[in-house]
Amino acid sequence: MSVKQVSVFVENHSGSLLDIISLLGENKIDIKALCIADTVDYGILRLIVDKPTEALNLLKENKYVVKVSDVVAIKISNEPGGLKDALKLLKEAAINVSYLYAFIGSYGNYASVMLKIDDEAKAIKLFNKNGIQLLEDKDLVN
Amino acid sequence: MPIYEKNIECLDRESLEALQSERLVKQVKRMYERVEVFRKRMDDLNLKPEDVHSIKDLHKLPFSNKQDLRDNYPYGLFAEPLENVVRIHASSGTTGKQIVVGYTKNDLDMWSTCVARALTSYGATKNDIVQVSYGYGLFTGGLGAHDGATKLGCTVIPASTGNTVRQMNTMVDFGSTVLCSTPSYCMYLAEELEASNLKNSLKLKRAVLGAEPWGEEMRKQIESKLSIKAYDIYGLSEILGPGVSYECECQHGLHINEDMFIAEIIDPITLEVLPDGEVGELVFSTITKEAFPVLRYRTHDLCRILTGTCKCGRTFKRMGRIEGRTDDMLIIRGVNVFPSQIEEVLLKYGQGITPNYQIIVDRVNNTDTLEVKVEMNENLFADDVKSIEKISSKIRDSLRSVLGLSALVTLVNPKTIERSEGKAKRVIDKRKIK
Repeated sequence: MSVKQVSVFVENHSGSLLDIISLLGENKIDIKALCIADTVDYGILRLIVDKPTEALNLLKENKYVVKVSDVVAIKISNEPGGLKDALKLLKEAAINVSYLYAFIGSYGNYASVMLKIDDEAKAIKLFNKNGIQLLEDKDLVN
Repeated sequence: MPIYEKNIECLDRESLEALQSERLVKQVKRMYERVEVFRKRMDDLNLKPEDVHSIKDLHKLPFSNKQDLRDNYPYGLFAEPLENVVRIHASSGTTGKQIVVGYTKNDLDMWSTCVARALTSYGATKNDIVQVSYGYGLFTGGLGAHDGATKLGCTVIPASTGNTVRQMNTMVDFGSTVLCSTPSYCMYLAEELEASNLKNSLKLKRAVLGAEPWGEEMRKQIESKLSIKAYDIYGLSEILGPGVSYECECQHGLHINEDMFIAEIIDPITLEVLPDGEVGELVFSTITKEAFPVLRYRTHDLCRILTGTCKCGRTFKRMGRIEGRTDDMLIIRGVNVFPSQIEEVLLKYGQGITPNYQIIVDRVNNTDTLEVKVEMNENLFADDVKSIEKISSKIRDSLRSVLGLSALVTLVNPKTIERSEGKAKRVIDKRKIK
């Protein structure tokens, strides 16, 4: 019950992000969500795409350093306090969140949240038990 | 200007060469008897100590080099039992292993004489207060300068390196008249003193600068910033430490202590001895050292022997400034660095694969900087910053402990490090020795 995330190493200079996005676009890979972690010298571009394996191979062929990893994706209500319940559950179970990012999908009054969690299995169990809806790769494809 | 040992430093060439010959013959015999590696090399060349009659036979002898020190680590090249060795010094080698040298009491005495000769030639006397801001420890700089200044009778302040504020306060409060440091640190101090408005409170008259290459432009700047005279001192631990050669008041070439060291300039490829005046690799033979003698030791430093006599009256030959290296050794903030040391660290953290890297050395505000660019690869990459930072800080810490220097580690995109004919350009040295 998790989603494939494609991470790419990006050096900090103008145009480097454009190159990656263009490459994906030209090859008809649709980006569902993205976020960048930035440091002084470099960034990590994290992508949720419709075809993660293709994206991985394409980027590798083009000499990018890429990694595919799992993130937990949940569906939350798009209203004030929507994220709170999920985070509260994690806090009470002492589960650490490394990073998260969210986007509002095209399917009604919901938002999707991608979470990188230390103890993924435990978190998934917890979400299931407490009625928080988890998303899979297929849910993110139109 | 006074001369510390006029009878030797100004000895006529004929007598000096006779003295060198006598000492060389003795040293060859002694080393043949005591140093197995040397004996084997002589035997391989079908040479016996009896074949060496004078310095004219020097060219027949086998060369030695830094690899010998590594192969015979730590004491294999010593010509004295450890009971007669009273001091050990060491410096970094290419593979993380240190190279070790030793000194008997006589060796230390000879060393301090060399430094006392140098200090005297710069105009220092027993009335001087000498602040030694070379590192004390295994590095030869600190204790070498210390013992020489002590022998001359100076008041010695063993300040060692670091803590610039304390260095400046010491200089002002204790009234230091001579500073011994690396040229780049002296330059840095000069600027800090200027910025702190302490320049006018100084009693400083001269600086004794060595352990890294520097040039006339830097001398001009240091001299004008501090209103002092700045002198060059040369040495390397395999031969002695600081004091192998020294400038005089003429500031034109460094007089080699020829009663103890015979210098040759060779073509680094053909290994033929070159005539004075031509640039080549500097080779030394130590003819008086007891614990750790070497013959025809290749320094890998490129320079020339200056022709003509010096106005100061010394007859010791002069070597010009170091113009470069014949190997890939870098001298950064006075520390010897080999690219292979950096490569080993990267190999350790690259999970068995050496990432592509580039070493960039620069001089910013008169201080050497070291940057190591590392091409990102899948072994180093992770989807979170924390994991990547953990690896890069491990690399940084490991470089610091292996090199004894802090380095900036920058992660760059794959295939972005400049390559020439398929081979990555490993070292970019932007410093200009002026």
